[in-house]
Amino acid sequence: MTIDGKTKGNNRKMTCITCPTGCQLEVRGGADGELEITGFQCRRGEEYARNEVLNPKRVLTTTVKVRNGVLPLLPVRTAKAIPKGLLERSMDTLADLEIQAPVRTGDVILANLLDTGIDVIASRDMEKVSNVG
Amino acid sequence: MTKTRQTDVAIIGGGPAGLAAAIAARKAGAKHVTILERSHELGGILQQCIHNGFGLHRFQEELTGPEYAYRFIPEVQKDPGIELYLNTMVLDLSSQQEITAIHPDFGLVKLQARATVLAMGCRERTRGALSIPGTRPAGVFTAGTAQRFVNIDGYMPGKKVVILGSGDIGLIMARRFTLEGAKVEAVVEIMPYPAGLARNIAQCLEDFDIPLYLSSTVTTIHGKDRVEGVTISQVDDKWQPIPGTGRYISCDTLLLSVGLIPENELSQAANIPLDAKTGGAIVDENRETLIPGIFACGNVLHVHDLVDYVSEEAEIAGEAATRYALSKADADAKANERDKGRKAQQVVIKPGENVRYVLPQRLTPGAEADLFLRVTQPMEAITLYLDGVMLARKRQVRPSEMLKIRLRPNHWENLRQNRGDLDGKEISLTAALQPTQPTRLEPETVRGARP
Ligand SMILES: Cc1cc2nc3c(=O)[nH]c(=O)nc-3n(C[C@H](O)[C@H](O)[C@H](O)COP(=O)(O)OP(=O)(O)OC[C@H]3O[C@@H](n4cnc5c(N)ncnc54)[C@H](O)[C@@H]3O)c2cc1C
Ligand code: SF4
Repeated sequence: MTIDGKTKGNNRKMTCITCPTGCQLEVRGGADGELEITGFQCRRGEEYARNEVLNPKRVLTTTVKVRNGVLPLLPVRTAKAIPKGLLERSMDTLADLEIQAPVRTGDVILANLLDTGIDVIASRDMEKVSNVG
Repeated sequence: MTKTRQTDVAIIGGGPAGLAAAIAARKAGAKHVTILERSHELGGILQQCIHNGFGLHRFQEELTGPEYAYRFIPEVQKDPGIELYLNTMVLDLSSQQEITAIHPDFGLVKLQARATVLAMGCRERTRGALSIPGTRPAGVFTAGTAQRFVNIDGYMPGKKVVILGSGDIGLIMARRFTLEGAKVEAVVEIMPYPAGLARNIAQCLEDFDIPLYLSSTVTTIHGKDRVEGVTISQVDDKWQPIPGTGRYISCDTLLLSVGLIPENELSQAANIPLDAKTGGAIVDENRETLIPGIFACGNVLHVHDLVDYVSEEAEIAGEAATRYALSKADADAKANERDKGRKAQQVVIKPGENVRYVLPQRLTPGAEADLFLRVTQPMEAITLYLDGVMLARKRQVRPSEMLKIRLRPNHWENLRQNRGDLDGKEISLTAALQPTQPTRLEPETVRGARP
């Protein structure tokens, strides 16, 4: 796989965050633009290292305000990983949001976050306050 | 006087351990299962762990804590054979399995169980902090308390934070505070290596350029009414602060992430012998304690880093508890005799060289079971031996990661060849360093953020 000039010749060490094993990966950008990746124990690690150099992504988990819920906050997450550089702006966007209870796990809370094509979804049920005796 | 209710299997605690134990008990044929949970809802600590990272082993998906809990909660709620007591705090447990609990509406609840599963989880250690000299200002929290404030109550405890201890909760909270706009100035760890998982060092600290200071500790807390700063110092190999290395960091909040301890007041009330290393009960492959009929699983037994293993362990306990409860139909005297014989026959497993603890601590000879263990320090490559019989090789092991090894029939055969009859014997589990690859510890005492 060819990479852009920025990473060429760069050597990087990183921890694979794909699973709890946490393998120590090493990425060498060869002179010909090939990435040489070592240290992984499975294919997902190799893929992680490649993405980490080319376009690092993370799943964002946070909370949004709920009106009429049994609790004041609803935990949410991005349905898939989003570009790492968008974490801060995503937090700003979600800070202004206030949603109505009830909510079900998996409900879309915000569609197409910052034009990523990725939705923000509820990660638990939240009953309306009057539903609870 | 309150009427005593009867149940086949009583489960104390409705976190992931209690939930999985209840479902397993029903599958194994228990007619009546009772869950006693002090909180207003099921799910335990998972409800405040809103980050992802749960369930990779079990569901091949990365779930958040609440999502993982919801894989179990509806099944428990729907099952008419599971009686749920929420807002119910268990106050006492006797070795005859009489349970006393308190409920805001029903008052005292008394329960007589045929088998009991302990699933009370753990609580945060605060002791480390008590030895820090200086004032006692506001602004010092345990990491888990801060997690609850931020994720459930929606209250940010501070804006400039130092975290003492590199346990997973502290690392997760470092990221959470940063995303919420606070500045995490430092994570300070007394050991020469981090206490939390490597992936959390990467995705919670390195991602946000938060410095981690190894072999260092907080030596003074400054501020009269509110924390104004802390002094951190490097420590020597006896964990004593090195004079002259002190360095002031201004902050308004100090979080403590210095470890978890199993919540075993009830186990002690029932006279259940505990293992000093794990802080939990001594158990056999069924997760039965030394008091017949009382089982334990999850963080009350030993602190887990992965909830997947909690569920697995709870299923073992729930199923075995049910077998016990159903066999109790025999005349009690006969059952007691049988229990005694069973316990006397078991092999006792001790942690040997480089091993901090092994669980279960007791095994019925021949049992095909998973052994869970933690090592004492990070090692590049090890070979695990049970009384001289080789079990497995492992690479890149760390105390923060629990290791799991399957004990197979051929291992037992080899053990018998070496030791003859195994009944009642003591054997030890050792981790031998692979001689070709020496141990590698962090070379520097203070490591800054990634350049
Ligand atoms: C901050 C944090 C981050 C974590 N991150 C991860 C991760 O990324 N991935 C992962 O797989 N695992 C993670 N874990 C670990 C995992 O969450 C735990 O191992 C798991 O929740 C333990 O389950 P448990 O049921 O034993 O205990 P708990 O979840 O603590 O449940 C115990 C329950 O018992 C109840 N209880 C206690 N005493 C009594 C009493 N006397 N009467 C009635 N009820 C009682 C409590 O209210 C509670 O509901 C994390 C844990 C923490 C704290
Ligand atoms: S390389 Fe594979 S085994 Fe290693 S941490 Fe990544 S996903 Fe896990």
